[in-house]
Amino acid sequence: MAVKTYLEAIREGMRDEMRRDDRVMVFGEDVGAKGGVFGVTEGLQREFGEWRVMDSPLAESCIVGVCIGAAFNGMRPIAEIQFQDFILPGVDQIVSEAAKIRYRSNDDWNMPLVIRAPFGGGVHGALYHSQSLEAMFCHVPGLRVVVPSNPYDAKGMLVAAIRDPDPVLYFEHKKAYRLIRGEVPDHEYTVPLDRVRVVREGRDIVVFSYGLMVDTAVQAAERLAPDGFSVSVVDLRSLRPLDRQGIVESARRCGKVLIAQEANLAVSVSSEVSAIVAEECFEYLDAPVMRIGGPEVPAMPFAKPLEDAYLVDVDKLESKLRSLAEY
Amino acid sequence: MVVANRAARSIAGIDADTLRAMYRHMLRSRMLDERIWLLNRQGLARFWVSGMGQEAIQVALGMHVRPGHDWVAPYYRDLALTLVLGMTPRDQLLAALAKADDPNTGGRQMPAHFGCRRLQIITTGSVVATQFIHAAGIALASKIRGEDAVTVVTTGEGATSEGDFHEALNFAATHRLAVVFVVEDNGLAISVPTTQQMPTADVSDRAAGYGIPGVVVDGSDPVASYLACGEAVARARAGHGPTLIDAKVPRLTSHSSDDDQRRYRSAEALANDRAHDCVGCFAARLGEQGVLSARDEEAMRAELLAELDVATAEAEEAPDPEPESVLLHVLGEA
Repeated sequence: MAVKTYLEAIREGMRDEMRRDDRVMVFGEDVGAKGGVFGVTEGLQREFGEWRVMDSPLAESCIVGVCIGAAFNGMRPIAEIQFQDFILPGVDQIVSEAAKIRYRSNDDWNMPLVIRAPFGGGVHGALYHSQSLEAMFCHVPGLRVVVPSNPYDAKGMLVAAIRDPDPVLYFEHKKAYRLIRGEVPDHEYTVPLDRVRVVREGRDIVVFSYGLMVDTAVQAAERLAPDGFSVSVVDLRSLRPLDRQGIVESARRCGKVLIAQEANLAVSVSSEVSAIVAEECFEYLDAPVMRIGGPEVPAMPFAKPLEDAYLVDVDKLESKLRSLAEY
Repeated sequence: MVVANRAARSIAGIDADTLRAMYRHMLRSRMLDERIWLLNRQGLARFWVSGMGQEAIQVALGMHVRPGHDWVAPYYRDLALTLVLGMTPRDQLLAALAKADDPNTGGRQMPAHFGCRRLQIITTGSVVATQFIHAAGIALASKIRGEDAVTVVTTGEGATSEGDFHEALNFAATHRLAVVFVVEDNGLAISVPTTQQMPTADVSDRAAGYGIPGVVVDGSDPVASYLACGEAVARARAGHGPTLIDAKVPRLTSHSSDDDQRRYRSAEALANDRAHDCVGCFAARLGEQGVLSARDEEAMRAELLAELDVATAEAEEAPDPEPESVLLHVLGEA
C-alpha cells in the first residue's frame, strides 16, 4: 500500500469521486489553475475542466450558497473555504439554509453538500489563519462535522462525506497536510462518519482527541508507558454526531478520561464529551474528567513564543496525563 | 369609461385566452389571500404574510416558467406565483393551518415559506436574500449540464440591501447564467421606505454595476409585466445571461398579520396603494377591451369561491402533525 500525505489523501478522495460521479464538483477561491493555496486541488481542474473545478469570487456566502443551489439542482458540490477562519460570512448559508433544508421542507428536499476548510495552528498563521472554530458548527442539528486525523481516514471520510445526503463540514488540520503520512489504499473505500477509532489501546487512561492533536496524544501516551501507565487514545473523528457509544465504552473501560483539543475549552467539543462521560460513566470513573486545550484568548497570536504558549504540545499533554495518572 | 363594441383578440400581442388566464390566477390568489387573513383573524391561522397587490407581476412571471423544467426560488409574498406554477389553494391552506399534509413544510415553518420539489420550487426559509445565491448555483448546475432551464428568483426590495443579493448578481452576471432576478418593489422594508434603504430611485439601477440589463416595470400592470418577464426569460434561455427586473408594486396589507401599517404610513399613501390594486384595475381593463365581461367575471368568482370553500373545509379537517414527528428528518439515511 502506498504511503501518502494527509493532503494527497484528501486530493485523491476528491479525484476518485469526481472520476466515478460527474455530479461532483469543486468550488472555491483559487482552486483552479493554482490548485488551492495549500495545493489540495492541484491538477483537478486540468483533469475535470473549468466548470467542475471552478474558481469562485472572493465571497464566502457566495461559495456556500452557490454550492447549495447546485446541490438543489442535482450536483454533489464540494465547497472549499480557503481558511476556516474565513467561513464566517458563509455561516448564514450553512446554519440558516443548508442545515435546515431537509427539516424545514419535511424531507421534500435534502442538501448533499461538503464544505472543506483547513483549520488549526502551529504554522505562524496568527489570529486569522489558525483558528479551530468547529464547536460553533457542532451546536447545529442538521450538520455533520468531521475531522480526519490521518491519511487513511482523510480519504475514506471525504468519499463518505461526498456520498452523504446531508451537509458535511469536513475540517482539515493544515499543519497535518504535509506532516502526517500513512498508508492509503488505491481502491475505493469509505470510513463511517459517526464512529470513533481506537488509535492506541490502553487500560488506565483514555485520551479523546481529534485532528492533529491525536498525533500529539499518541506521542504523549508513549512517554508514560515506561512508567507503567497504559494510555488509550481515541480519535473522535466525527464531532457531530459524536459516537456516544464509542466514547462511553472507552471511558468505562479506563476510568480516567482526558480530552485534548487545540481549540479553547469553553463550550467546546471537550465540553460535550465531558457531559457524555458525566451522564453515562459516573460510577466507572476513578478521577474527575480532565481537559486540555487552547487558552481563553480570542485566537492564536503570531510571535513564536506566543504561538508556543497557546498550543498544546507533547510536553503539556504528557504533564496533564501524569497528573491524571497520579490522581 | 370607454366600452369596446367588439372584443379585442389581444392586448399588446397577448391573446385573450392568456389574458383571461392571467386574471383568473390573480383573482384566485387574491381570494385565497383574503381567506387566509380571515382565518388569521379567527385565530385559526396563527400567522400570515400577504401578497396582496403583488399578484400581477407574480402571475406574469409564472406564465413564462415551465414548471418542473425551470427552477423557482420564491419569497414569502409569492402566493400567486406558486398557484400559477401548479400549487393549489388547498396546498396553501394546509400550510396556513400548519397541517401535516402541507406540501411546503408539513406545518414546520410559518405559512408562506414556499417550496415544492415536484415543481422545482426550492424550499425557502425566513432569512431574506439567501435564495438569490441559490438561484445562481441552480443556474450554474444547469449550465454545467448544458440544459436550457431558466431559474427565476424573487424578493422584496428590502432584501436587496443584503450582501447575498449583490454576491448573487455578481456571480450570475460574471458567468452569464440563466437567471431572472425579480424585485417586487413595494417601497417598504416592513416600515422603512426606499429612501432610507438605497441611494438610487430604482433597484434596477444597480444592474449597471454588474453589466446586465436592469428594467423598471409597473408590477401592477399584468401586460407590461408579462412582456418584461417574457423578454428576460427568453434572454436567459438563449444563453445571454441574467436580467434584473424592478417591478413597482403597492403593498395593500400590513407587512404581516402581526403588523399595523397605519402606525407608519399615511392615510393618503394607503388610499393611493388601493387605487393601484392590480386585480380591480385589470378587471376594468379587460372589461373595457371586451376580453372579460362583468358576467364572466362574476362566474369566475363563483367558481373560485366554490373551490376555495371546499379547500378550506378540507384543510380545516386535515390532521395536525404528530408531536413525535418533531424529531424526524434532521439527517437522512446515508
